[in-house]
Amino acid sequence: MIKTGFVERNLRLLFPLPALIFVVVMMLFPVIYTLFLSFTNWNLTSGMPLRIVGLQSYYRIFTEPRFLAAFGRTFAFTGAAVVTETILGIAVALILNREFLGKGLVKLFLLLPLVATPVAVGIVFNLFYDPTIGLANYALSLAGFPRSGWVSNTATVLPSLVLVDVWQWTPMIALIVLAGLAGLSSEPYESARVDGASELQILWRITLPMVMPTIFTAMILRTIDALKTFDIIFAMTGGGPGYSSETLNILGYKYSFEYFRMGQSSVILVALFAVVLACSLGIMKLRGRAEA
Amino acid sequence: MRKKAAFSVLFYILILGVSLVLLFPFFWMLASSFKTQVDIISWPPKILFNPTMANYERVFGEQDFLRYFYNSAVVGVSAVAVGLLLGLPAAYSIARFGQKRLSVFILVARLMPGISFLMPWYIIFSRLHLMDSYVALILSHILIALPLVVWIMSSYFETVPQEMEESAMVDGATRQRAFLSIILPLSGPGIVTATTLSFIFSWNNFMFSQVLSMQKTKTLPIAIYNFVSYAEVDWGAVMAVAVSIMMPAIIITMIFQRYVVKGLTMGAVKG
Repeated sequence: MIKTGFVERNLRLLFPLPALIFVVVMMLFPVIYTLFLSFTNWNLTSGMPLRIVGLQSYYRIFTEPRFLAAFGRTFAFTGAAVVTETILGIAVALILNREFLGKGLVKLFLLLPLVATPVAVGIVFNLFYDPTIGLANYALSLAGFPRSGWVSNTATVLPSLVLVDVWQWTPMIALIVLAGLAGLSSEPYESARVDGASELQILWRITLPMVMPTIFTAMILRTIDALKTFDIIFAMTGGGPGYSSETLNILGYKYSFEYFRMGQSSVILVALFAVVLACSLGIMKLRGRAEA
Repeated sequence: MRKKAAFSVLFYILILGVSLVLLFPFFWMLASSFKTQVDIISWPPKILFNPTMANYERVFGEQDFLRYFYNSAVVGVSAVAVGLLLGLPAAYSIARFGQKRLSVFILVARLMPGISFLMPWYIIFSRLHLMDSYVALILSHILIALPLVVWIMSSYFETVPQEMEESAMVDGATRQRAFLSIILPLSGPGIVTATTLSFIFSWNNFMFSQVLSMQKTKTLPIAIYNFVSYAEVDWGAVMAVAVSIMMPAIIITMIFQRYVVKGLTMGAVKG
């Protein structure tokens, strides 16, 4: 009989233990604490001890127009961004899905927006969007359109922010779909060509259905991140003008670190988490149906 | 034949268009960082101008800029190192012993909005007098690195054949010995992917540092944000800062292009 040491016998416990402890202490415990705070009316600046008030903070937040607007806006921003990115990303992937001179270079170009610091990206786009000196208005004037306020106008701020997200994250979908396309087997194509199918038919009937699971996964990843978008909005508008570009993440940040209303901010954070979870589960379900 | 040539021209026009859209913001940022304020605010916008180094001299000279660089590097490197230290054994265990539930638990950190642990951290770190400390900042950035390491490495370890450590174990080595001396040296590509990706994400992180760091531990993304908050924006200097922040991540990406692509796309394609 082989004798094994204590470490080796308990390896499956000891190896993951440090990581597990870290995640419990740094994530699970804080999240439970947030959940607890959401049932209090704690305000850091008031100096009053925290009091458990049941669902009162939930009631206060869920009837607050500013919260309801941010709630809807989070979906509008995410929906617009993810749908645009998916369509453009698939298109770019289909264009690039062949061998050509300079393919490696174009793939590098696709990576650059993904690794660019989002805060800095937001600030560069603020220079584009500047109403008096920005290139965006110069382009409009060349095309004969009147100037726009871009992010400084409540009517145009959200689409302008979506545009930045689309620039930065469309390449992510394109790269994922491209990798998915590279993994497809060539058999269905050969038999389709033998049967005389047109390129368009091949695209609709064979290519797209086969990469659909990959596309859905890319959409899940993007949706999770888009719902949580913080850096570009915070850097470009800080939620303004007024409250017109506040999403749940921005509002949660302001309630926590500007107003220090920890009880109410916890309610917003719980809501944001619920939204992220519900959306990822929803798309996963859609994906399951598409595969069936 | 003519149809094919026309298609080929159209194709390259499309490629050119895509590349232009991707690169233009970088180009404009770079160009503006070499412009004087007068050139930047001139209308119509100037494509041709007399380049000046003044913005870079001002940024690197007057501000505590090198210190922010140092802070970002220290936090990024430490977070990635600890992330690997904790994450590699966990990923190995998940891959070899099929600990699905554990991997899901750690990956929830990737799904969760960061702000839902940031707010409690703020309260706890304030109580412990750890605000504006490297410890607090590094701890928070480990939570960026660790899920990436576990995610990338557990699927990488699955591709390393079991026989590798089994033959070593038959020769009398313990499993932990085999992991250290056989499996890890074979896992270079996976480790490079995990390292580059988690360093870049830590380098670019804004929200954690914005809340947990102040004057002493301020990182680069916070520095550029504070730069803009002044009444009148010194666009040339801001663009010089933007270029300096993005450069390290872009250089890393150029060197490790293949690995970065793999890290960004892997889980999605696997299913």
